[in-house]
Amino acid sequence: MSKKVHVQTTINGEAVDFLCEPRNSLLEVLRDDLDHTGAKEGCNNGNCGACNVIMDGRLVNSCCVLGVEADGCEITTIEGIGSAANLHPLQQKFLEHAALQCGICTPGFIVSAKALLDENPNPTEDEVRYWLAGNLCRCTGYDKIVRAVLDARNGA
Amino acid sequence: MHAFDYATPESVADAVVMLSDHGKNACVLAGGTDLIVQLRENRRRTDLVVDVKKIAELNALSYDAATGLTIGAAVPCYRIYGDAEIAAAYPGLMDAARLVGGTGIQGRASLGGNLCNASPAGDTIPPMIVLSGEAEIAGPNGTRKVAVEDFCTAPGRTVLEDGEFLVSLHFPAPLANSGAFYRRFIPRNEMDIAVVGVGASVVLSGDRSSFVSARIAVGAVAPTPLFVREAGEALAGQPVSDETIRRAADLARDAARPISDMRGTAEYRKHLTSVLTRRVVEGAVQRAKE
Amino acid sequence: MSQNGHKVIGTRPIRHDGVDKVTGRAIYGADIQLTGLLHGTVKRSPHPHARIKNIDTSRAEAHPGVRAVVTAHDLPQIADKLADLGEAIVNLRDASNNVLAYGKVLYKGHAVAGVAAINLHVAQEAVELIDVEYEVLPHVTGVLEAMEDGAPILHEDMKTTSMGEETDKVSNIANHFQHKMGEPDDGFAEADVVIEREFTTQTVHQGYIETHNATALWNEEGQLTIWTSTQGAFSVRDQMAEILQMPVSKVKIVPLEIGGGFGGKISVYLDPVAALLSKKTGHPVKMTMTRDEVFEGTGPTPGSYLKVKMGATSDGRLTAATAYMAYEAGAYPGSPVGAGAGCIFTPYDIPNVQIDGYDVCVNKPKTNAYRAPGATNAAYATETVVDEISEKLGVDPLEFRVKNGAKEGTRRADGPVHPRIGCIETTEAALNSEHYRSSLAKSANGKVRGRGVASGYWFNFNGGRSAISVSINPDGTINMLEGSTDIGGSRASIAMQLAETIGLEATDIKPYVVDTDSIGYTDVTGGSRTTFGTGYAAHATGQALIREMKERASKLWDVPADAIDFEDGVFSYRDDAEKRGSFKEMASQAGDAGGPVVAQVSTNPDGSGGGAFATHVVDVEVDRETGKVDILRYTAVQDAGTAIHPSYVEGQMQGGVVQGIGWGLNEEYIYNDDGSMTNASFLDYRMPTTLDLPMIETIIVEVPNESHPYGVRGVGEVPIVPPPAALANAIYDATGVRLRDLPMSPPRVQKALAENGG
Ligand SMILES: Cc1cc2nc3c(=O)[nH]c(=O)nc-3n(C[C@H](O)[C@H](O)[C@H](O)COP(=O)(O)OP(=O)(O)OC[C@H]3O[C@@H](n4cnc5c(N)ncnc54)[C@H](O)[C@@H]3O)c2cc1C
Ligand code: FES
Ligand code: FES
Repeated sequence: MSKKVHVQTTINGEAVDFLCEPRNSLLEVLRDDLDHTGAKEGCNNGNCGACNVIMDGRLVNSCCVLGVEADGCEITTIEGIGSAANLHPLQQKFLEHAALQCGICTPGFIVSAKALLDENPNPTEDEVRYWLAGNLCRCTGYDKIVRAVLDARNGA
Repeated sequence: MHAFDYATPESVADAVVMLSDHGKNACVLAGGTDLIVQLRENRRRTDLVVDVKKIAELNALSYDAATGLTIGAAVPCYRIYGDAEIAAAYPGLMDAARLVGGTGIQGRASLGGNLCNASPAGDTIPPMIVLSGEAEIAGPNGTRKVAVEDFCTAPGRTVLEDGEFLVSLHFPAPLANSGAFYRRFIPRNEMDIAVVGVGASVVLSGDRSSFVSARIAVGAVAPTPLFVREAGEALAGQPVSDETIRRAADLARDAARPISDMRGTAEYRKHLTSVLTRRVVEGAVQRAKE
Repeated sequence: MSQNGHKVIGTRPIRHDGVDKVTGRAIYGADIQLTGLLHGTVKRSPHPHARIKNIDTSRAEAHPGVRAVVTAHDLPQIADKLADLGEAIVNLRDASNNVLAYGKVLYKGHAVAGVAAINLHVAQEAVELIDVEYEVLPHVTGVLEAMEDGAPILHEDMKTTSMGEETDKVSNIANHFQHKMGEPDDGFAEADVVIEREFTTQTVHQGYIETHNATALWNEEGQLTIWTSTQGAFSVRDQMAEILQMPVSKVKIVPLEIGGGFGGKISVYLDPVAALLSKKTGHPVKMTMTRDEVFEGTGPTPGSYLKVKMGATSDGRLTAATAYMAYEAGAYPGSPVGAGAGCIFTPYDIPNVQIDGYDVCVNKPKTNAYRAPGATNAAYATETVVDEISEKLGVDPLEFRVKNGAKEGTRRADGPVHPRIGCIETTEAALNSEHYRSSLAKSANGKVRGRGVASGYWFNFNGGRSAISVSINPDGTINMLEGSTDIGGSRASIAMQLAETIGLEATDIKPYVVDTDSIGYTDVTGGSRTTFGTGYAAHATGQALIREMKERASKLWDVPADAIDFEDGVFSYRDDAEKRGSFKEMASQAGDAGGPVVAQVSTNPDGSGGGAFATHVVDVEVDRETGKVDILRYTAVQDAGTAIHPSYVEGQMQGGVVQGIGWGLNEEYIYNDDGSMTNASFLDYRMPTTLDLPMIETIIVEVPNESHPYGVRGVGEVPIVPPPAALANAIYDATGVRLRDLPMSPPRVQKALAENGG
């Protein structure tokens, strides 16, 4: 084990301090140390998007980020996107369209789709499919997910 | 994943000192999309990870129609294609920057990392070669420049010596009547490693009927991304025609010396090299005409 | 109100667990945190076949932060014993040896030891310090090679069972069985067209996004609790009790949310190892697999070799069919070849049939159920042969299927006679679909296009055991406890059936999936049984509640219970119009007349989940130069019996189709000569992404299942069955070349086109 590093960061608008080993990924820190288990581990190598979070306004796979790299960054996780009392339109549309089955991929899809809509409020179906190609879902065949995102567009 | 220490130098000089002190036991971290996965899977081991993203030169991104494009070695793909002016001037490079991993990977992955990782299948390397990219390297003995086509020496190996690292990449301004194109073949439509990737840049005559010059590079068919000089030269001075393009495609295919692996047999890769080269040169010609 | 006269069934309410899942609050197996938690991981074999000569754990045990190491020697050694785990019968000795190898490793990735440490990284470091001495043995990974005389033998003590009798022959063939009906030779003699073809398919994985996990606490009193993601908590309890040789009463399984299973999350892998590690350390131990461990160390569905022969008369009647089916079992016997044999010709009414099935051990992971296990391999063969016959006869392939379609009374070659089924209705709906009627536009970019169809069948298992326990709240809402884990919205589909029965809204029911100490035995969520079987229990629960509420009303109103009616959600006394109340109104008073209202029901219905039939239509575009196949349009038609929540029925269809597309076009375990899988990652295993697909159109046919009060049929599995064959037929239509080997990946397609001038 190497020395733990003190990291200061902002998660979902709240200042958060933590200690971690340099080898701990941001995903591990979020899940194991900070009780943010909404981000899921599907592959641990950047291929499924289940761990996606927004870091300084940019979508990243948190399994491919070191926890220490979060120092000074602002991070948004699924927990920060909406709550039962105040669902984000994407969350509402995922529910209405039955865009989840087992739901393990859902946080990653919603975080990714939010990053898309933040950047491009009116994506076409092709743009949605391209943006979400790094998010794997094995249950739905994507049909209802893509529809939910399209339906959550500003112009929809 | 074994334990390591982590450092964030804020200047090129500091980074050189750290890397020189640790020699082979240190490695550079840019976006981490190769490095973190390799460390985790114990394909690599290190004592010190030197995160270069806090160094200004590594984050620079500038374009000038007179002097060309400079990309800091750690600039992630999304910043490059997110710059409308750069995207318009270097569409061939954008072809590749837009297809590295998924959107989340592009939020971190850099061209510098792609080059230094020196995978034969690195997608941004063939377009960087055909755009006559040049790598600026810093090290204990100061800085030096190396053409991108000479940068990779073997799978996972580069010209970088102990203590050296990549600072930036430079590309000349595009010429009039020029166009570049990159395409790879993968079984899916995203999230895959190239079975074959081909980059081409062409400069056409004023009436766009013939090639003034051309550069062609092929990925995943040799131990390093391959600059097929003779394929480009075969086009120079020739008319733009199916026949000349086919000849260049044949030369690219002949230059390819692929291996068979689970991504494709050698035979299939050779075949694809010729198919893709033809399509990519056609794409580059199309862009040169636009 | 939905069109079939139901109030709740057929509507699309938001699922009960939805908000938790879209906000990231739902707790999946790997999300659990416990005080004093240790982290475990597994040491795995680098060889596909080797004798374990020695395991030295001393260096690992001495590593700082390591708390315990276990090997097969910590497991009780058990004798051969068969157990029914829900989707498959397994031998418990094999199951134990699969959890931790004893004596021999039989595939690369076979678990040999487990480590618990203060964190996962330390545990992973320790794994490298476990020294295993192997005597490497020759290996065999292909089914036909494994059947040859002289092939390396996996189990020196395994004698082939043939036609129900154990023989003296030691071979990798665990079992050969035969189903015969009529006289195939006579049938072929009658036929004007006879086609015989060979097919191969490769090992594929379920590919659920959540990796396996288990957290165990073995407390001081010897009580074991496991928190895990599983398709069947009770099945895990049984397996734990058997593998660890402890009473079921000492084992409690807490099923947490599960991130996909498709048949792959029934067998235990980590759970017994975590339990042993917890026992040794006195701490809770959490284990999760990495993705490569999931590929290499859990049960995929088998590669196979099939030879299918079918004959038809010139007026388009199938007269005979035979099949030779050899399926890889993996390291231990038990491939789904039996299920495949039950499905292979089932969409058809064929008088003369013979099917020979072989279950063959190879040095690959022990295979497991995957969505209609065995049926997709089988349909790939049958449905392409049917396509060829239709073409030879010059008839529309769907018309041909309608003409020869199975119906009520048709006998399956393996014995059973069909009850009322929707085979022909489904095919007709495909035939009449806008998609099939439309013409396929030519490609503008030099590529070629084609259309293909295929059908498929899956049994749907018998209802099985299900328990439901409910209590009525004074506001008339209902807490409903169930033992069926919810993988894709079954809380909603079961709650909806209860709501329908008692005249409430779906949202008035609060469904909870609970642990094995809190509910009666419930079989796995698998075999497409849950909406059928546990829904059956929900209906029975509703009936019990109505009876009980009538009793309460009888006391409250002081009238005889048998004079109280329940209709349209309202209780009323026949002789006095004043005495009436809705379920909710009565619930608010019922407690005063005999305490809280509760009901517990358990069922094990005789009838089955009703045969499920599907017919698919696909349009593809083929790049002849690269061999790449793109899907332009896809329509899936399926008989759902009654669609309880149509969105989730569509979702099952779409998900199954896309898994079938992956299987058809790219997915496969690629082995090198060393017997190692070379593509054990999502990057290289290549499951479809958003960009590889169009929208998946669905047409739900409803031919009610007579065995279920609401007509439900299982819907989860059959949609994976037709896609590979439909794609093969579409590729043929586009190129004129038939592909008979899966996957039809670009290199294969390109090679086939080059060789056949297609
Ligand atoms: C899911 C996934 C999909 C991917 N898809 C693709 C793809 O489609 N095409 C493709 O080409 N690649 C792909 N990659 C690989 C990877 O994303 C790219 O190679 C990326 O460009 C690497 O950049 P990085 O900034 O993340 O590099 P890092 O991981 O930070 O570094 C890569 C290597 O270069 C070294 N290095 C980095 N910067 C420097 C420097 N300035 N000086 C010296 N050495 C340096 C590192 O030490 C390391 O060895 C994929 C990776 C993942 C995880
Ligand atoms: S877990 Fe990070 S991308 Fe899969
Ligand atoms: S809903 Fe299960 S993986 Fe997407």
